[in-house]
Amino acid sequence: MGTNRKRSTRWDLMPRRRFLTGAAVAAGAATLSGLPEIVRAGQAPAYPKGTKLHLLTRINFIPAGDTLFIQQAEEFGKQMGVEVQIERIGENDITTRSTAAIVAQNGPDIIMMQNNFPHLLANGCADVSDVAEAIGKEQGAYWDLSRANAFVGKQWLAVPYGVLSNTMNYREDWLKEAGFSKFPDTYEELRVVGKKLKSMGHPVGQCFGHSVNDPNSWCYPFMWAYGGFEVEKDGKKVAIDKKGTLEAIKLNTAMWKDCFDEGGLSWDDASNNRAFLAGSISVTNNGASIYFVGKEKFPDVAKAMNHAPNPRGPAGRFYHMATHSSAVMKYSKNQKLAKEFIRWYMDKKQYEPWFVAMSSYMIPPTKVWFDHPAWTKDPKLTPFRDSIKDARHLGYAGPPSAKASEALAKYIIVDMFAKAIQGTSPEESLAWANGQLKQIYGA
Amino acid sequence: MVEPRSGLGAAFARLRSASATERREWRFAFVLLLPAMIMIGTFVAYPFVRGIWLSLSDTVVGSEGQFVGLHNFEKLWNDSIFRRAAQNTVFYTAAATILKLAVGMVVALMLNNLMGFKRILRASMLLPWIVPTVLSTLAWKWMLDPTFSIVNWVLFQLGLIRFRVDWLGGPVMALWSVILVNVWRGTPFFAITLLAGLQTISPEVYEAASIDGANAWQRFWTVTWPLLMPVTMVVMLFSVIQTFADFQLVYILTGGGPANSTHLLATYAYQIGVATGKLGEGAAGSLAMFPVLFLIVLFQLWYIRRTDSGSPKRGA
Repeated sequence: MGTNRKRSTRWDLMPRRRFLTGAAVAAGAATLSGLPEIVRAGQAPAYPKGTKLHLLTRINFIPAGDTLFIQQAEEFGKQMGVEVQIERIGENDITTRSTAAIVAQNGPDIIMMQNNFPHLLANGCADVSDVAEAIGKEQGAYWDLSRANAFVGKQWLAVPYGVLSNTMNYREDWLKEAGFSKFPDTYEELRVVGKKLKSMGHPVGQCFGHSVNDPNSWCYPFMWAYGGFEVEKDGKKVAIDKKGTLEAIKLNTAMWKDCFDEGGLSWDDASNNRAFLAGSISVTNNGASIYFVGKEKFPDVAKAMNHAPNPRGPAGRFYHMATHSSAVMKYSKNQKLAKEFIRWYMDKKQYEPWFVAMSSYMIPPTKVWFDHPAWTKDPKLTPFRDSIKDARHLGYAGPPSAKASEALAKYIIVDMFAKAIQGTSPEESLAWANGQLKQIYGA
Repeated sequence: MVEPRSGLGAAFARLRSASATERREWRFAFVLLLPAMIMIGTFVAYPFVRGIWLSLSDTVVGSEGQFVGLHNFEKLWNDSIFRRAAQNTVFYTAAATILKLAVGMVVALMLNNLMGFKRILRASMLLPWIVPTVLSTLAWKWMLDPTFSIVNWVLFQLGLIRFRVDWLGGPVMALWSVILVNVWRGTPFFAITLLAGLQTISPEVYEAASIDGANAWQRFWTVTWPLLMPVTMVVMLFSVIQTFADFQLVYILTGGGPANSTHLLATYAYQIGVATGKLGEGAAGSLAMFPVLFLIVLFQLWYIRRTDSGSPKRGA
């Protein structure tokens, strides 16, 4: 940790205050709204009295991040002389609300969309290229994953906000008890370690039910690691029917018997958190939320656990991570104000304390934050930062598309693995997924 | 000229020959009916017609679609998840309705014969029906949790199981578990309605049957069951409609998983229409259940009218 702090980084080279001022000037010159000048001058722009701005987002697993964001929204509202309403709902309901709002042409001005839903709901999202480009330019460019999910056709239909990081959470103490000094590097090695752990009463736990994050975060990377992917680079030809995909299904099914907790078929995104904290499982793929809750309520668990990169397969190491992007809705009558608000909370002055409060639970969408000291302050959290480099978008190896969203929403990849676990042969499970994807991609 | 005895023709004929007072009364009746007609038109007829149009179009979220005929239905027919959801829906409805009828009948008979605590027991029996579905289903989700299931804990403590049961994990067990929750929730409706029916049966009929030497089972089969049949059919009618279109239970308990083993037509239609934004296909998924439901309801209504008009009743 000490070495990391001493390392020469952009953060050390430039004092933060000077950096922020420079960035604000650059942004002001580059854009759009002139918000930094307005804020500096302490004058509210001419928005009609009673103007309300409504933002819909998910309830975060890290409450401190939400609290700070709400405070920032209030601050923005005061400065602009408007009322900002932050509505937080369960993440599984964001899509429903987005769809309903677009159909009704009425609802939140800004919706924090998950994954590549800006592709799926492209008709309802306004062009926010000006804001997105300005932030990208100012903050060292976007990560490929963030761009893939928010950039549709030739324009930005949402401004990337963050990436929900995930990687392997494991009990270091139990791993040592089982005779292993470090977390396995490959899926085959994980099978060996997991088998031993399960025999000791500490199975690996993974969700294979219909839930937004965790099942996908396990299944997509597993498939990619063995060379399987749903569609070719052209985005048209379904390519899942490969030897690699079959190998991944077979290995996952074998791991289910050897190492997994058998409750995973009916788990949701919160189940593995509870099971890990209760000491029922020893390894799981998850965000940093287990660790944060552990530090607060289960210090023994937090002390005994650590994080490691996802295992790799013959084709490499991969991650599927849910992105969040701020979409300004086309029906909104407050589009200008909405863009200004996004520009405000994405500005480093606001974003940095929020990022720190989120304690690395969310990876910022731009590269400038990669060397931020928050990542190395607690070395247990550093693997979350590194995961972004190996993240792939939905529909990889094809381009991001609404069809990939449809495959995700129908849990095709997750169910392909789940079917095999339930007893369908790996070949039949693969054939089923192949048929479903062909129907989706129209191939 | 022979005037039509029923239907719209008869109504017009009566209107033509009505006195001024009668016409005034009819106008007043029409005014009284108008709010209900507007409500039904707005919240039932319009969505239904709009749903039909959507199902025949390729509408996606945010844009008006083009007419595509029956393409959406054809696509669904070739979709293995849809076929699975359709099978699940039929099984779910049949199993849940039969079980609710059986359990509801037993509860109604017990309540009817209770000597004390009638009010408290009847009120408490209604709790599953009164509690908001979302809340009670969340409670069930916890109770059936594979890791922390209190149901498993109780069964284990009683020595009935040696290993935990994954109630919502296996393809068969998961479907039966959601049926169980539906039965728990829907039984009070059956019980209270059947109880109301039971209380209309004159004790003299039972006395006569007893004098004729009928035992308890014979009294039930020859007196209670046939006399309750009209009420039973009405309850079944409502239950079939509600169960066939059930959404909340499955959405909360399993989201249709694992591997689509609990998907119903309603949850799958929702997944297509809302989660993937394909409103046309989603509407087709919803409407796919309509013809089946329509035939079932038609049969039940025919049966109810037949029994109401005094056709021979079994065992009566």
